[in-house]
Amino acid sequence: MMPRKLLFLAILLTTFTGAMAAGLEAFDFSGNVNEDRYKNLIAQLRCLVCQNQSLADSDAELAHDLRREVWELMDQGKSDREVKDFLVARYGDFVLYKPPVKPSTYILWYGPFALLAIGLLVLLRILKSRSKQTDSGFSAEEQERLKKILDSDRPDGK
Amino acid sequence: MPRFVRYLAPLVAFIALAGLLYKGLSLDPKLVPSPLIDKPAPAFSLPLLQHPDTLISNSDFKGEVTLFNVWATWCVACRQEHPLLMQLAKQGVRIYGLNYKDERAAAKRWLQMFGDPYLANAFDEDGRTGINWGVYGTPETFVVDKKGIIRHKVIGPLTSESIKHELLPLLKQLQEEDG
Repeated sequence: MMPRKLLFLAILLTTFTGAMAAGLEAFDFSGNVNEDRYKNLIAQLRCLVCQNQSLADSDAELAHDLRREVWELMDQGKSDREVKDFLVARYGDFVLYKPPVKPSTYILWYGPFALLAIGLLVLLRILKSRSKQTDSGFSAEEQERLKKILDSDRPDGK
Repeated sequence: MPRFVRYLAPLVAFIALAGLLYKGLSLDPKLVPSPLIDKPAPAFSLPLLQHPDTLISNSDFKGEVTLFNVWATWCVACRQEHPLLMQLAKQGVRIYGLNYKDERAAAKRWLQMFGDPYLANAFDEDGRTGINWGVYGTPETFVVDKKGIIRHKVIGPLTSESIKHELLPLLKQLQEEDG
């Protein structure tokens, strides 16, 4: 009886955490702020308190405040770019899920392609050296001797 | 390619990668570097915690090296940090506070109970000044130089270690700079 109850409780709890979403504030979307644009934007911004959640997902106090800030900036007619710049100026590139391309992030953006290129180069070299090896490495004289041995019935080739 | 290079290359690559990952182990992803370092302190004008009718602004700490400590009564780590702030204040360090998203009565009670290391506290009820300063977790402590430039930021509670080895040497250095 007891284990069953526990199991039931465990299942119940996992269901609840799955269904738990951020308590989104009731903003007014009848005016300047387009709801789809707002939702799209907050999904691209990272919550700094719970770092693996976006502003859209997070229920942290700071996420509430930052959503309010985003809504107000949009209400003032700011573009997505300007809203992002506002947050980056205060919290750094870390708030962006998609980091900008700049010297300090080159390795992040181009590193995988560089590794791929190195891999292809190594592969090419290996293939090239293999194709060279198709000749047996015996001199003409040795090959003649070898042929004799193979053609003959005797192990010494005579 | 000489043979030994070919054999050593994977070893070198492995050591490089291991070094990189080892460094990664000691980094704390919770510490987000502030883009405000070496930039002028964001302007604010807020009521004082103790006197709601009087305003305080960042021009109040211009001309002197100042600590700007972000705290709240709901912040457990702030409680832990508080005695260290008291010690710093006794040593003559100028500390202003940003009472962040707090209740006025609770904050006043806190200062009565545990002592008040602050020259003054700005009362940031809705947390907007906190956002302008890039605050994302209390306590946070900013070091502002004589020119009003943010020179350093401590995220999380100060420790006697960090005060001795980082904060005090920095304050001394900043004191010697021209205002």
